[in-house]
Amino acid sequence: MKTTTIDKEALYACLEEVKDPEVPVLSIIDLGIVRDIQMNNDELEVTITPTYTGCPAMDVIATAIRVELTVLGFKKVKIVRSISPAWTTDWMSEEGKRKLKEYGIAPPNPKQQVCNDKLFAPDEAVQCPHCNSWHTRRISEFGSTACKALYQCDDCKEPFDYFKCH
Amino acid sequence: MNKMKSNSLIDFSLHLADNALILGQRNAEWCGHGPVLEQDIAITNISLDLIGQARSLYQYAAQLKADGSTEDSLAYLRTEREFRNCLLVEQPNGDWAQTMLRQFLFSSYQYYLYQYLQNNKEETLAAIAEKSLKEVSYHLRWSSEWIIRLGDGTEESHSRILKALEELWRYTGELFIAAPYENDLGIAISSLKHDWSKKVNTVFEEATLKAPENVFMHTGGKTGTHTEHLGFILTELQYIQRVYPGCEW
Repeated sequence: MKTTTIDKEALYACLEEVKDPEVPVLSIIDLGIVRDIQMNNDELEVTITPTYTGCPAMDVIATAIRVELTVLGFKKVKIVRSISPAWTTDWMSEEGKRKLKEYGIAPPNPKQQVCNDKLFAPDEAVQCPHCNSWHTRRISEFGSTACKALYQCDDCKEPFDYFKCH
Repeated sequence: MNKMKSNSLIDFSLHLADNALILGQRNAEWCGHGPVLEQDIAITNISLDLIGQARSLYQYAAQLKADGSTEDSLAYLRTEREFRNCLLVEQPNGDWAQTMLRQFLFSSYQYYLYQYLQNNKEETLAAIAEKSLKEVSYHLRWSSEWIIRLGDGTEESHSRILKALEELWRYTGELFIAAPYENDLGIAISSLKHDWSKKVNTVFEEATLKAPENVFMHTGGKTGTHTEHLGFILTELQYIQRVYPGCEW
């Protein structure tokens, strides 16, 4: 198979324009969804991975990738979905975490503490993205999208989303 | 791979996919009816994870079949007798206790099954198991806590979970009896029973519950003989595709 050299940096920069439709402040690069870009003959192959198997954003994201790359002049684009290794919040960029917090969603902790099967474990300490207080509590292990849990700040009283352990 | 083995792999993938789809559909019936908003969102999020797992498995089965089948045709156009899900997942939601017990019994089964399958030599199947296991671990923890809360809660919640146990326990035997396709593939399904029982008994103990003994176990779902409930589920699930073939959202 012939492999043409491509300017990967430019391609990644281009894919920065593709946002997660459910968390529009994050690009798919920030989320760590894009796993690889390869040129096979005249076909550009982009490998993406879902955050959760049922994430409804994946179809929209795949279409948006095609659009961006078409604009850049790539006529043949193949989107490959890969699920192994499985996505983890560790793949989220530092820039992505900063943007999340600014947007009002608590980013995943660097080392998530409650990612085991222990029952009734104490809530993970999560910092409020609004007032920076650590005085927060979990309202529900599930939230507005598959990847988030719901928290509330006991100081400023604001509810907020937190990227759940994964 | 010889033809028989390849057919068994298709059947096994469909069995796993049907389990996930039917329980996903059942849980989705709670949408807008949960006891409190947060739990309504929780059970429907689990539904979404299960339907996501079902999609991956149907796509895999369609690829193996290579006869023009798609994930959609497999979910929407097969008949009741062609579904290979276990009887447990098609049982009605009942009250919250029954839904939680069904989830707990199934999630704990799925947890050990996927742990086992992530080492399977079929790479795609192993990858789906590895990915799904992360989601299932979350479902298992959440539903375990509910069993303890209900079992060791009030007199009312305890009596309701006892009733659910009486209703659902008879469908757990089937989980560990290998279907012909599992035997063909060398899937040691009965070997999972030990870990599953241990997990269930640990949670039951804390919930002040006891696993029923000497119960007649119903079987048949894994080979297409279902309880009356599946037909009604499929009627609702498949309605649009039956009435407007090929209709897209």
